[in-house]
Amino acid sequence: MSNEQIKSLEEIFEARIARDEKIEPKDWMPEKYRKTHIRQISQHAHSEIVGMLPEGNWISRAPSLRRKAALLAKVQDEAGHGLYLYSACETLGISRIELYDQLHSGKAKYSSIFNYPTLTWADMGAVGWLVDGAAIINQVPLCNTSFGPYARAMVRVCKEESFHQRQGFEIMLKLCNGSKQQKDMAQDALNRWWWPSLMMLGPTDAESVHTEQSMKWKLKRKSNDDLRQQFIDQTVPQADLLGLTIPDPDLKFNEQTGSYDFGTIDWDEFWQVVKGHGPCNKQRISARVAAWDNGSWVRDAAMAHAAKKEALKIKIAI
Amino acid sequence: MKNENLYNYILGIADNSLILGQRLGELCGHGPSLETDIAGTNISLDLIGQTRSYYQYATKISEQEKTEDDIAFLRIEREYKNVLLVEQPNTHFGYVMGRQYLFDVYHLMMLQQLQFSKDETLAAIAKKGIKEVSYHKRFSGDWVKRLGDGTAESTAKMQEAINDLWRFTAELFDMTDADTAMALEGKGVDVSKLKEGYYKEVTALLEEATLTAPEGMYFSRGGKKGVHSEHMGYLLADMQYMQRTYPNMEW
Ligand SMILES: [Fe+2]
Ligand SMILES: [Fe+2]
Ligand SMILES: [Fe+2]
Repeated sequence: MSNEQIKSLEEIFEARIARDEKIEPKDWMPEKYRKTHIRQISQHAHSEIVGMLPEGNWISRAPSLRRKAALLAKVQDEAGHGLYLYSACETLGISRIELYDQLHSGKAKYSSIFNYPTLTWADMGAVGWLVDGAAIINQVPLCNTSFGPYARAMVRVCKEESFHQRQGFEIMLKLCNGSKQQKDMAQDALNRWWWPSLMMLGPTDAESVHTEQSMKWKLKRKSNDDLRQQFIDQTVPQADLLGLTIPDPDLKFNEQTGSYDFGTIDWDEFWQVVKGHGPCNKQRISARVAAWDNGSWVRDAAMAHAAKKEALKIKIAI
Repeated sequence: MKNENLYNYILGIADNSLILGQRLGELCGHGPSLETDIAGTNISLDLIGQTRSYYQYATKISEQEKTEDDIAFLRIEREYKNVLLVEQPNTHFGYVMGRQYLFDVYHLMMLQQLQFSKDETLAAIAKKGIKEVSYHKRFSGDWVKRLGDGTAESTAKMQEAINDLWRFTAELFDMTDADTAMALEGKGVDVSKLKEGYYKEVTALLEEATLTAPEGMYFSRGGKKGVHSEHMGYLLADMQYMQRTYPNMEW
């Protein structure tokens, strides 16, 4: 194809997106679009499956049978999200094994929030309430993103994430209406998860790369700072309802803007975690690598068995 | 308690589901593939659901003020009535599927009888469980076949698991006093009668999986009487941690 032809294809492509048409895997797309989508969707998929670890950490210790069942169901949902997202990503011409390799080698990123430890039961509440809450704010706009498989995956994912968010809030509510020990546990969890949740919405607009292109492709519809403000404005009244204190002395409602002003985020901490030096980065990746490596004989066996079955079928047919 | 036999009978069934569900729950996120993680979690979820139905029924029979969580979390080890098989650790995926299959075959046979119990609640729980456990058995049986008739390595590993777990199978068919009393009343299942069919079915599948059923083995028993393996204390320490650390609270 000549440069001219590519250019006109690109124009048609951008026009389709501008008209809100969905791009499907078989459609022509610019290489950059494909690469960007592989990166973002796989990052999202990795976040879902790494995210299973901090919550999976409490399944065996859940304080009641009802909570154990709900937590199992939640972690199972996250695995399902990982599955749709990997499938959506595979339609762009990359295999799941390649994607796993990128995760295991550290080449691919995942949401850095999952590099924080879940230390008490209240963390199951805080993670659902804040982390799933922030995820929804990030993801609802993606239900209308331009790449069809991603947009459709997001519709289903968002429904489940809002259920998780309510469930997390309900865990917190129960703790806050409970004994002093329970309430302290809830406050401590909020103290530890608040700032990382704000960081989860990404670096400030000034430092954020790729935003303009992503806006055009509807991979991003609002800036990180806008999303963060939306999250804070939504969450502060919920904390009030719980009777918990947000660990930010500078947090204050601003009558003029109708939003909350808040204190300075420790971006050094954010970059430290992103670069691999958070409290659990090594632990999370080694858990994923161990699961994968220990499972290789199982996956090999499944393939060998399927091949034998296939050979048998052919033999019978002959 | 005037219905002590019924109470103990229910716990005898429910504890197996609880402890196996607990074991499977430990694996979530650490399995060989996303698909097996999802299926394992699903099975665990079914088992915990069944456990709750049984315990909720048990709370109605108990004359003490008890909740399902009191029964699940606040007994001492000697009071848990699950068979030794279900408390065995997740040594590797062959053990996980072997343990599951060896239990599922029994579990389904038992529920297929229990659905005709004269006790309506038990019959209803059993009916619902049959659907779930049929799926569990298909899943675990398929994996035993895949691993058994897969690669040389997987055959060896699956055989190793079967060899180690086999000795826990005989206990499944032991009758406790509560079992005998409930079977006589037409409320419980005479599990001793399931034994022959069980070994026939399991042996046939193992054969299909190119594995061999161990012969002339000694069997281990004790779980039904509350005499567990060394693994059990750790499982309970983990499972009971919250309830023991923060007594009398709601979650
Ligand atoms: Fe997500
Ligand atoms: Fe998710
Ligand atoms: Fe979620």
